[in-house]
Amino acid sequence: MDAVLLLLADSRLPAGGHAHSGGLETAAATGVVHDLATLTAFLRGRLATAGLVTAGLAAAACAHAREPAGNAPPGGAAPRARTPDGWERLDAEADARTPSPAQRRASRAQGRALLRVARGLWPGFVLDLPAGAAGGPHHPIVLGAAVAAAGGVPVRAAQIAAYGAVTVPASAAIRLLGLDPLGVYRVLAGLAARVDAVAAEAAASVRAGGLPAASAPALDVFAELHDRAGTRLFES
Amino acid sequence: MGLGPHDGREPREPRPRRALRLGIGGPVGSGKTALVAALCRLLREEAALAVVTNDIYTTEDADFLRRNAVLDEDRIAAVRTGCCPHTAIRDDISANLDAVETLEDRHGPLDLVIVESGGDNLTATFSRGLADRQIFVLDVSGGDKVPRKGGPGVTTADLLVVNKTDLAPLVGADLTVMARDAERVRAGLPVAFTSLRERPDAPEVVSWVRAVLAAHADA
Repeated sequence: MDAVLLLLADSRLPAGGHAHSGGLETAAATGVVHDLATLTAFLRGRLATAGLVTAGLAAAACAHAREPAGNAPPGGAAPRARTPDGWERLDAEADARTPSPAQRRASRAQGRALLRVARGLWPGFVLDLPAGAAGGPHHPIVLGAAVAAAGGVPVRAAQIAAYGAVTVPASAAIRLLGLDPLGVYRVLAGLAARVDAVAAEAAASVRAGGLPAASAPALDVFAELHDRAGTRLFES
Repeated sequence: MGLGPHDGREPREPRPRRALRLGIGGPVGSGKTALVAALCRLLREEAALAVVTNDIYTTEDADFLRRNAVLDEDRIAAVRTGCCPHTAIRDDISANLDAVETLEDRHGPLDLVIVESGGDNLTATFSRGLADRQIFVLDVSGGDKVPRKGGPGVTTADLLVVNKTDLAPLVGADLTVMARDAERVRAGLPVAFTSLRERPDAPEVVSWVRAVLAAHADA
């Protein structure tokens, strides 16, 4: 993977990820996650659901951003424009796959932060989102567009999204539960092949004209419980 | 390391005039929120204000400010920092920038946005991308050796406030030692000794902020 894409995958990227736990804070508060074994189960579930969905959205956004604007495809048919409609559709697809309002807000907050980073990295970076995308663009959509701006292909966008789907809660688990960081990274290394597989599945689905739509009701409930909790250290 | 003014590059469209961003940092319990409340009470008539708080845990600081009605409720925003208050003001300032810009969009034009950090250690400082100027608040109860220990907050903040001077005799802290050490490690940057309990209007700090605001308005 190109180093510029590694920047986008790095948890030190100043795009607000450090303040999100991906549901882990509620999972820890309710005792669902309390050690490495329960963390592993949580991360596997999150990767197979939210991870697959965000990987698909990131791959689709990357593919959309890479379409040449206004270039006529072979055969002389009508030009395929990189239309605002495309971004609007992706925004709606992300909303449709994010039933929890708290999760939608968290995704858009992280999208705004990543957009700020992308504009800093590539001054010409634009995302023609409709004004209706209140609260900013969804995070995986900005990620996909940023990977395209960095010269990356959809499967790389999917990989970074799937990787973030497990590293964000893993980092929160280290901070909230005091889990041994070496143990947590052993868990992450054990999941690495699954991360790659989820990314490949998401990218293949997008290439075939689809978009993964796995759901995780427990994560939706955790997000809403978190939003209502009095004491919380993380934004989500 | 000087903490000069923001370089003026805006991630969004340039604004006609953006508010001065003042960071207020320091350890837990040193009096940051009491100082923010004092600044709001004393400056709100002459300047358009908003506040961002970075609570470690809850929205306690924001709630304190709202309860004390120092500002309208919607001029106070709380940011959560995922257990890492220094990260949110230094390494990854995106959530704070977002909160500052949202307040400016909603209530602008503003003259001053105060960003209060969560209580942290002596190494915590604000990124220059977030704060134009910063105040570091200590209190005497940590002992008179604290200024001598230095750390970026103590040595580089544009103003060092040593609060709770009324407690000095009770905790055996020698204020002259603190003043001498602070002057030495800060190379002449200003220091204000306050007792927000005895003088809730913090006159020295308020005058300093007024001067900074005036300089910002002229720039």
